[in-house]
Amino acid sequence: MVELIAKSACEGLLPLSIGSVTAEEPEYAVMTSLSAFADPSALDAALSKAHGLELPLPGQSTSKGGLRCLWFGRDSVMLIGVAPDPALVEHGAVVDQSDAWARVTLSGAGAVDVLARLVPVDLRAAVFRLGQTARTQLGHMQASITRTAPDGFEIMVFRSMAGSLVHDLKRAMAAVSMRG
Amino acid sequence: MRIECPICGERDRREFYYQGAAVMLARPGDAATEAEWQSYLHLRENPAGRTDELWQHEAGCRAWVVVTRDTTTHVIATVRLATDVAQTREATG
Repeated sequence: MVELIAKSACEGLLPLSIGSVTAEEPEYAVMTSLSAFADPSALDAALSKAHGLELPLPGQSTSKGGLRCLWFGRDSVMLIGVAPDPALVEHGAVVDQSDAWARVTLSGAGAVDVLARLVPVDLRAAVFRLGQTARTQLGHMQASITRTAPDGFEIMVFRSMAGSLVHDLKRAMAAVSMRG
Repeated sequence: MRIECPICGERDRREFYYQGAAVMLARPGDAATEAEWQSYLHLRENPAGRTDELWQHEAGCRAWVVVTRDTTTHVIATVRLATDVAQTREATG
């Protein structure tokens, strides 16, 4: 029988540090997409009751302790860091996404400059504040980008694109570091 | 070219997928004639001026939107969620 080996999406590709910017893969976390069947307020109430988190508005995220909930597209949010409470299935579609996305944290003073080369959205701190999130493109990939620190971002792309993500980040990090 | 997504705000056009004229929202009813179906499926206006188009915010929130655009100047007048447009259409017949 084939021995299956657990492997993260970016294993062997990260961490990577160039200039002032570091790309790392965060700790494994259970991720679940939640989409309300009809009334988002019912899902919001269930989420608050079960995990103490509010349903985030478009472009926002909510967090409590190690748990986070990211807006993840129209009528869709991503619960990160906990197995979803069974009560949630009564109010929305609950789908395990833990292994479906490659996650990368990008940090350092130049992180925003690196992303400026790849993403067609203004991610500077003045307009993209802590906790704000965007579904957008990174290169040609559909991505989710969230500001998790004053100079740190979390990036997610489909798991199959982990190699392309690291490749694109690496080139942009090198270009930013060469400009000093 | 920038498109103001009703959910995400103003975004670059490369995040959007272009479907075509927004006629898909006007699907003929069960009693429609063959000629009406022919028109719905195959015939499109080619206006020099304002036209309604369906775009999808594919790389963003994934919502379908109706963009009212002037084909001669590319000026975008309005961007509405396709669901809202369809509901209004149903409500007004």
